[in-house]
Amino acid sequence: MFKIVKRTEMAQGTVILNEIEAPLIARKAKPGQFVILKSHEEGERIPLTMAETDPVKGTITIIYMVVGKSTALFRDLKEGDGYQDVIGPLGRPTHVEKVGTVLCVGGGTGVAVLHPITRAMKEAGNNVICVIGARNKDLLILEDKMKTASDDLRVCTDDGSYGHHGFVTDIVKKVLAGEKVAQVVAIGPVPMMKAVSAVTKEFGVPTMVSLNPIMIDGTGMCGGCRVSVGGETKFACVDGPEFDGHKVNFDELMMRLRAYCDEEKQCYEGYCRLSDG
Amino acid sequence: MAEKQAKPGRVPMPEQDPAVRRRNFEEVPTGYTAAMAQEEAARCLQCKKPGCVEGCPVQVDIPGFIRLLTEGDLTAAIRSIWQKNALPAVCGRVCPQEIQCEGKCILAKKGTPVAIGNLERFCADYERNHGTGALPPKADPTGKRVAVVGSGPSSLTVAGDLILKGHAVTVMEAFHKPGGVLVYGIPEFRLPKAIVAQEVNFLERLGATVECNMVVGRTVTLDELFEQGYDAVYLGVGAGLPRFMNIPGENLIGILSANEYLTRANLMKAYKFPEVDTPVPMGKNVTVLGAGNVAMDSARTAMRLGAEKVRIVYRRSREEMPARSAEIHHAEEEGIEFMLLTNPTRYIGDERGRLTGMQCLKMALGEPDASGRRRPVPIEGSEFELKTDLVIVAVGSGANPLLTQSTPELALNKWGYLITDPDTGKTSKKGVWAGGDIVTGAATVILAMGAGRAAADSIHKYLNWGW
Repeated sequence: MFKIVKRTEMAQGTVILNEIEAPLIARKAKPGQFVILKSHEEGERIPLTMAETDPVKGTITIIYMVVGKSTALFRDLKEGDGYQDVIGPLGRPTHVEKVGTVLCVGGGTGVAVLHPITRAMKEAGNNVICVIGARNKDLLILEDKMKTASDDLRVCTDDGSYGHHGFVTDIVKKVLAGEKVAQVVAIGPVPMMKAVSAVTKEFGVPTMVSLNPIMIDGTGMCGGCRVSVGGETKFACVDGPEFDGHKVNFDELMMRLRAYCDEEKQCYEGYCRLSDG
Repeated sequence: MAEKQAKPGRVPMPEQDPAVRRRNFEEVPTGYTAAMAQEEAARCLQCKKPGCVEGCPVQVDIPGFIRLLTEGDLTAAIRSIWQKNALPAVCGRVCPQEIQCEGKCILAKKGTPVAIGNLERFCADYERNHGTGALPPKADPTGKRVAVVGSGPSSLTVAGDLILKGHAVTVMEAFHKPGGVLVYGIPEFRLPKAIVAQEVNFLERLGATVECNMVVGRTVTLDELFEQGYDAVYLGVGAGLPRFMNIPGENLIGILSANEYLTRANLMKAYKFPEVDTPVPMGKNVTVLGAGNVAMDSARTAMRLGAEKVRIVYRRSREEMPARSAEIHHAEEEGIEFMLLTNPTRYIGDERGRLTGMQCLKMALGEPDASGRRRPVPIEGSEFELKTDLVIVAVGSGANPLLTQSTPELALNKWGYLITDPDTGKTSKKGVWAGGDIVTGAATVILAMGAGRAAADSIHKYLNWGW
């Protein structure tokens, strides 16, 4: 069992942080890598990119939004409870080097994944500008940590309840128009990564995105996570999860993410009925 | 003077009725009773120079265990098998005995060979259900440590052999359950997962340690294993990289590799969804591409998941189908249709990106190719559309590069498989052996076990006398 040593609720209980004892993974993990988790015997295997790792304490941290049955089951785990299986670190680590100014863009829980990458970019000596966004003020996470990790943090909300009123792309445009940016990193919901990539393409700035297709094994064995990048099929779990945002077929990714929407709904509704009564 | 005469026919193995079993996941052959096993065992002529042992890649003392079985000493019979084979319940079920032990049985020349596989299976099942639990004898501890990477058939064989020789063995598996292809690939109705768990538990009772969730190459590297004090490493990581056809539309929803389909159905038990949380697509009109054992397993799984129609589409003819004849026969009995000399050229989907059909070409057989099989050539103008809502791609698999990429000093051939010494399984890196599908490409369970046996002998020599 992989014990949960710390559990925090964020964004009014819709987003959960679990710090999990996994010393072997904590020792090896690098920014951008993910783990596969399974909470119990009948559970499914879910991929989540690590938000933080502590090799000394031997822990890894994941932050996730409750969107279906599996994440609801994860939410129900208390401090001292544990995950039955945690596998990792998986995927290729983020390529980090000193390139000048790096613009990090995060949306929703993607900010959790963006945080370790942002920190690594800054530690590598880059000037780091960050833009983070959420639907509203209550759903915004990790603002303080992102502030510390970057040289300049801009915040926006879809409804204008905090920071800039509008999408992250508005600010990305503004930054790119005003400064010489060497590299953009965009992590968040697929439509957001698609929109940011479209903007950065106009400016000709290399853009890295972290993709989140459906996965089962996470070790390249099944091809469930296949994505089209530059017209070629790639397996996100071993070739990614990070890819060149200007080459990713986002529409296909969005389509494939909906493959099991009926089953997911059936599963979640069954779970909700059970927990209600 | 009447000589002992073998009875002509073998005792048939009882099976579930095809009309019933095609919709359930229970095992198809239901196994011998003790009386059936003894009747079949009595057919063995106890040859002085037994061909059957030669035909067995791990050289089980076949006449020996059959004699113990006829004498009624089942505990001794299973202990005799264990001396050479740690996975008898598996081998009795999935070995292609017709080309191995049974193919070399003297009775095969005149009539039907002794049902060695069925008898091996009976002994293992009897021990599991009614046995004494007594373990085979083990050598004194040598103080040497061996890491076995992967937990499929070749790895489990290495672990079984080395633990009996007194070495400390740790098996490292990337999945959350041990067994490799035995748990994620071969379906429940051919090999119940409880049996695989039991065989692994047997190794643990012998003293082996099994660590799951260990992705060697990621969680720990090969060099770190040596730093941690392992004296030798065996790589039995399999050929788990699925091949696709690379034709247009392949990423539509409803097209899965056989690896994904079978992993969902077997390892994740998606056939019990929503009782378990992992879903698997339920096709009504299912097409399986390929005609090997994996294709048969996929097709028969789809039928059990409630498909109305399941078709195998294969570009060559019946003669070239690589699956075991018993599997093809079982598939046909269960209502699987075969569309031969047919090759898909592109997939067709609807506006939601879901598969609705497949464009195909009819093929004809041309001249023999490098593999000696006649090469299929397309017949011009023979295009037609096939309606299908689920395609399972079972056209083979390649070498998974995850481990080999992180260990550049391991020599690979042009297909990414590990290069090893054919007799010993030694790789180009000192202290590292490999065997099974990561060396040969996708092959059979028993060939992987034979490779494991050779490597285990070589590792044992190395631990005693050096590289």
